[in-house]
Amino acid sequence: MKSKLVPGPLPSSIQLSEDGQLKHFLSIEGLPREMLVEILDRAEQFVTLPNKAQKKFPLLRGKTVMNLFFENSTRTRMTFELAAQRLSADVVNLDIRNSSASKGESLLDTIRNLEAMNCDVFVVRHHHSSAPHFIAKYCAPHISVLNAGDGYHEHPSQAMLDMLTIRQHKPDFSKLTVAITGDIRHSRVARSEIQALKTLGAKEIRVIAPGTLMPVGIEELGVKVFTSMEEGLVDADVVVMLRLQKERMQGAMLPSEQEYFSLYGLTEQRLTLAKPDAIVMHPGPVNRGVEIASSVADGPQSVIMQQVTNGIAVRMAVMSMVMGSQSKGLS
Amino acid sequence: MPQLLFKQGRLIDPANGVDQVCDVLVTGKKISLIAKEINGASDAVIIDAKGQWILPGVVDLGAYIRHQERKATVETESVAAAQAGITRLCCMPEHEKPTYSTAEVNLIQEKATRVGNVWFEVIGGMTVGLKGEQLTNMGGLKKAGCVAVSQGHHKFASLDVMRKAMEYAKTCDLKLFLHPMEYGLIGNGCVHEGAIATRAGLPGIPVAAETIALAQILLLAKETQSGVHFCRLSSAAGVDLIRQAKAQGLAVTADVAAHQLHLTEYDIKDYNPLCHVTPPLRSEADRNALRQAVADGVIDAICSDHQPHDIDAKLAPFQESRPGISGLETLLPLTMKLVDEGALTLEQAIGSLSFRAAGIIDQPVGSLSEGSYADMIVYDPKVTWTLNPQEMLSNGKNTPFGGWTFNGKVTQTYTRGLRADINSIEGDVE
Repeated sequence: MKSKLVPGPLPSSIQLSEDGQLKHFLSIEGLPREMLVEILDRAEQFVTLPNKAQKKFPLLRGKTVMNLFFENSTRTRMTFELAAQRLSADVVNLDIRNSSASKGESLLDTIRNLEAMNCDVFVVRHHHSSAPHFIAKYCAPHISVLNAGDGYHEHPSQAMLDMLTIRQHKPDFSKLTVAITGDIRHSRVARSEIQALKTLGAKEIRVIAPGTLMPVGIEELGVKVFTSMEEGLVDADVVVMLRLQKERMQGAMLPSEQEYFSLYGLTEQRLTLAKPDAIVMHPGPVNRGVEIASSVADGPQSVIMQQVTNGIAVRMAVMSMVMGSQSKGLS
Repeated sequence: MPQLLFKQGRLIDPANGVDQVCDVLVTGKKISLIAKEINGASDAVIIDAKGQWILPGVVDLGAYIRHQERKATVETESVAAAQAGITRLCCMPEHEKPTYSTAEVNLIQEKATRVGNVWFEVIGGMTVGLKGEQLTNMGGLKKAGCVAVSQGHHKFASLDVMRKAMEYAKTCDLKLFLHPMEYGLIGNGCVHEGAIATRAGLPGIPVAAETIALAQILLLAKETQSGVHFCRLSSAAGVDLIRQAKAQGLAVTADVAAHQLHLTEYDIKDYNPLCHVTPPLRSEADRNALRQAVADGVIDAICSDHQPHDIDAKLAPFQESRPGISGLETLLPLTMKLVDEGALTLEQAIGSLSFRAAGIIDQPVGSLSEGSYADMIVYDPKVTWTLNPQEMLSNGKNTPFGGWTFNGKVTQTYTRGLRADINSIEGDVE
C-alpha cells in the first residue's frame, strides 16, 4: 500500500537524547524500529508468570515517579504505578482534576511546582493532544516524561503492550494483517498502533469504522479504510477492538449502541471471517454488547487479559530505559 | 507651510501605474509636486532618497489591538505600525468591550494619532456586545467616523439577525467586514481538517466552515445589496466562490492575512502554538490558490490580521493556546517576500497593500499623486535583515516568523506629511 509521506507533526527529536537513547516517551511516531524492538525485548524479560512471586528490580531505586493524570484512568494509572513499584521507585499519584488545575493554575505553573519537588519521571495523561510533549519541552532537563495518553493523539505504552502481545502469538510482523475497529476518530490507541505497526513492518493495517468515526485523511497514514466490518475482517490475523465512549451518541456521531453493535460489534460469527487463529485484542475497559460480544471477549481467541499483564512489563521497560538503566542488571 | 523634498527616490505608485526615479515635494499634509527634478523649494527639508524606494503607506484592513484585554495599547501598536510602514490601520471590534459608542471611536483615533501618527480606522461592532442579537447604533458609528461594522470572531444569534444587520448597515452606508466562519462546523476545531490534523490528534476545521459561511453571506449580500468585505480567506474553495461572485457583478471584496500566503498546515509540526491561527493554516494547494488570487485581484488586499498576545497565551498545549499572530511588523516584509519568490509582481504586492485596500474602506489614500495625502514610506531595498521577535515594537511578540530573513526595510514613515517619530514616544506607553 502506498502511503503519502508528509512532513507532519513530528515530536520526535525531543524524545531521543543526543546519543540516541530514549529520553522521553511521547509518541510512537518518530521512534526508530530498533527502539521499538528494544522496548519489546526488554519488556519480555519483565513479564512474569501469573503464579510466580513478583520480583522487584532495583533499577529505579531512589527515583520518584509522579503520575499526573489530568483525565480519568484506572488501568493505565495502576499499571504505571505497579511498574514503578516493581522497579523500586517511589510513586506519587496526583489527580490533577481535583487540584490546582481546577483552580485555574496554568499547566506550566503546575509543572514548575512539581519539578521543585524533585521528581524524576512524569507520567502524564491529558485531554489535549501534545500536552506531554509541551511538558517535555519546558520541564527541567533531568526529568523524563512518559505519555499515558494525550487527547486524540497517541497512547504509546498501550500500543507497545499490544505489540508485545501480538509478538508473543505471531512473531513475524511482516506477515500480519491487523484490523483496528471502532472509534478511530477519537482514538489515540489507534494512532499509536498504526505508527507502531508501520514501524515494525506489518503487511497490512486496516481501520474499520462508520464515516462519522473515521478521521479525515487517515489513509495518508498508510492504512486501508473500511466502513464494512464484514469486508475489513476478512483474513485478518489480529483484530483490535476499540472502546466506544458513551458520549458518542451525543453530537450525532452514532444513532444508538444497538445499531453500532449490529453493524460493528465483534460477534463469534463475524470473527469467523478472520483467520482461524486470529487473536482478538481490546485496550479496555470493555463495553460488552456494544463493541464486542461477551462470548468473544471471554472466548479462546481473546488475549485481553494478557494485554493487561503485558502492560506492566512494557511500562517497566520504558521507565527503565528513560532512566538509563542497563538491561544487563536484570538477571 | 512646512515642506519636505524627497530627492531622487524610485517612486512606485501602482494606483497610477507610476514607477520612476523622481523628486517628490510635500507641502503640509499633501504632495504638491512630482517631477523629474524639483528646484527652488529652498525652504524645504531635503530627504535624500537616492537608491531608496518611495511607496504609498500601507493600509492594513485588519488588526485586533486587544487594548481592552491589556495585551497591548493603542499607543504601542500605533508605534509598531508606523515603524513597519503602516499609515492607516483598521482596528476590528474587540472581544470584551466591542466598539459601539461614538466616544470610544473618538478616543481610539485620538490616542493613535497622538503617538505613532498612524491613522486608525475604527470598525464598529455590528451587534451590541458582539452577542449577535441586537443592532448597534450604526448611524452614530458612521457619524463618529467608522468606515465599516463587523461582528468580529463572533456568531450571529440567527441568520435573521445577520440579514437585518446587513440591511441596516446598508441604510447607514456602512460596509460590512465579515469573517466567513460557520461556527456550527468549527466546534472545538483548531487546525485544518486533514491528514496532518488526524496524525497530530488535533480537532479539525473543515474548509466547508468557510465556504458555507461565504455562500450564505453572498446570497444575503445579493438580496440586501449591501457592501460586504470578506475578512481573512483561507481556502481555494473560498477563493472560487469570491471569483464567481465578482464575475456575477456582486460588489464584494476580500482580504487575506499575510501569514496565510506563506505558512501551511505543515507548520503546526511540533505543535508550534505560534502557528495557531483562525482561520487555520490550510494545505499547500490552498496557500497557492490564495497567492494566485491576490495576483489575479480576486483577493483585493493583504492584511496583517494582527493579534498581539502576551507570552502566557502561547505557552500552553496547542489547543489551549490562544490563536493569532502579532502581524503588523511582518505585513510588508511578508508581502515583499512574495515578490522575491516570484508569486507577485512588485506592482501587485504594493497595490494590494495600498490603493486596493484603501478602495475597500473608500478612503482617498493609497496612491501618490499631486494633491493626495502624503501617506508614504521610504524603503531601502538593499537592506537584508532577520526578524528577532524580541525586537518587535508591538506588545505582542507572538510571531512564527522569528529567524526569517527579509530583503528590504522601511526607513521612514510619513502620515499626512508628518514623520512617525518612533523614538520620542518611548515611555509614553502604559
